[in-house]
Amino acid sequence: MFTSADLTALFLTLKLAFVTTLILLIIGTPLAWFLARSRWRYKFFLEALVALPLVLPPTVLGFYLLLMLGTNGPLGALMQSIGAEPLAFSFTGLVIGSVIYSMPFVIQPLQDAFNNIGRRPLEAAATLGASPLDRFFTIALPLARQGFLTALVLGFAHTLGEFGVVLMIGGNIPGETKVLSIAIYEHVETLEYANAHLLSASLVLLSFLMLIAVYALNGRFKVVRL
Amino acid sequence: MRIKAQFKIERADILNFNFDIAAEGITAIFGVSGCGKTSLLRAIAGLEKHNESTLQVGDDVWQDENVFLPPHQRSIGFVFQEASLFEHLNVKGNIEYGFKRITAESKKIPLDKVISLLGLQSLLERKPAFLSGGERQRVEIARALAASPNLLLMDEPLASLDQERKDELFPYIEALNKEMNIPILYVSHSNEEIGRLADQLLLIEDAVIKASGPISELLTRSDLSLAHRRQAESLIFATAEKYDEGFQLNFLHTDLGTFVVPGKELNKGKRLRLRLAAQDISITLEAQNDTSILNIFPAKVDELYSENNAQLTVRLLINNLPVLAKITLKSADNLKLEKGKAVFAQIKSVAVLA
Repeated sequence: MFTSADLTALFLTLKLAFVTTLILLIIGTPLAWFLARSRWRYKFFLEALVALPLVLPPTVLGFYLLLMLGTNGPLGALMQSIGAEPLAFSFTGLVIGSVIYSMPFVIQPLQDAFNNIGRRPLEAAATLGASPLDRFFTIALPLARQGFLTALVLGFAHTLGEFGVVLMIGGNIPGETKVLSIAIYEHVETLEYANAHLLSASLVLLSFLMLIAVYALNGRFKVVRL
Repeated sequence: MRIKAQFKIERADILNFNFDIAAEGITAIFGVSGCGKTSLLRAIAGLEKHNESTLQVGDDVWQDENVFLPPHQRSIGFVFQEASLFEHLNVKGNIEYGFKRITAESKKIPLDKVISLLGLQSLLERKPAFLSGGERQRVEIARALAASPNLLLMDEPLASLDQERKDELFPYIEALNKEMNIPILYVSHSNEEIGRLADQLLLIEDAVIKASGPISELLTRSDLSLAHRRQAESLIFATAEKYDEGFQLNFLHTDLGTFVVPGKELNKGKRLRLRLAAQDISITLEAQNDTSILNIFPAKVDELYSENNAQLTVRLLINNLPVLAKITLKSADNLKLEKGKAVFAQIKSVAVLA
């Protein structure tokens, strides 16, 4: 069965995935809306930037985050100067890393969903007296709900499987930064295959169930694109 | 209500649409495909913004150098060519969308009246995905009407429908024009639709508003291309007067005189439009009694213009109303037609639009 250390890692992982997904939905919705609707000429820069974590090795991302968040980095120094805990090797640091790492998996489905609505329903709502904000909440959001479901599950599942970034900026502090993938890695290193199996199988099952939910509820599921 | 507009619409070409019309009944914005009809309608709605343009509707300035009202602040209804229903709301939710967003005192049209006018009572709980093409268009119209607009804009609302669905929708549009007293701007390139629905035309040609005015006048003006088409026609307003059971003939009162039209009985007092194809009208010098043609009227030649070497179009005045006839050059020569000459117009067939 699960050891208490493994359970701690499991709950930490779920907490990290939950917080990360929540933050991504909050900042990702307006960003995806902007990317879908704006006619700004250079928005492809922004799109490329959002897609970057898809191609970069997580270690690269983690390395630069470490430099940024560490006590000598700009963000780390800032935190220290205001008397806060340094961000590297903390749960908050992990959240920042995960938000960047999982960003395309949330932004892209949302952007696609907003694109698919097209201009017509929004124009119709405008001629019916709805202000831009009103149109966003009463037309765009409800019509994009399948995109939100996809974004939610992909963002959550992708954060569950995070390893490289955590390894670089999180380390291995139980209850603070030791997530599932690190725990599995440690079990394998110390040849505790039974424990590694249990955790790995749980992760496979959990991810599979979530993806099944997406495919079942959403016929037009789109795989994240580059 | 007057609509005064000066639009400068820059596309690959530049369109200069200037007009000042009294919008009453249905005004058709008419022109060939791609002439800018839809752009004009969208500019009036505020869905497209063009510089160096002004628009005044009634007493309200919607656009000038300093002002640009966004669409949600203009009192308009807009019916799009293809479906733009809100798929996440049922029919009732769609119809109520605009209704909920206007102030209580501007709710001039009760919801149940809109719903019954467009025959949607049994569809209220349905989602748009489960509606036919004609039903969807009816919901669109109802949704626009429910917001009690001062001006209803319709962008080829029938273009995406097959003939059967179109025929099904005509009476609804006619009824809404009659009962609602909301001026309608109706974009179309279909002869059938404008013949049947339009009271006046706003004619777009060569990137400008070429002419505007009552439809029966514009159809027969020799300086406009409408009168030069192969299928040139005249439009006459009529009222059903009486019916002869034995011969199954309708007697229709018009300003030209009484028309006799075979067919099923039309309701007495019903307002109709008669379409007279220029090809179906011939000219004689004497009133003929020994002919199978029933509709013969004394007329005066107003204008003659040739389409090509073999054919002439004759603009006739019957009781001072213009009617076009197409004849051969040879016949015109034989009859010695000239402006002012008194003749008889024999109308071989009449299309009743209703």
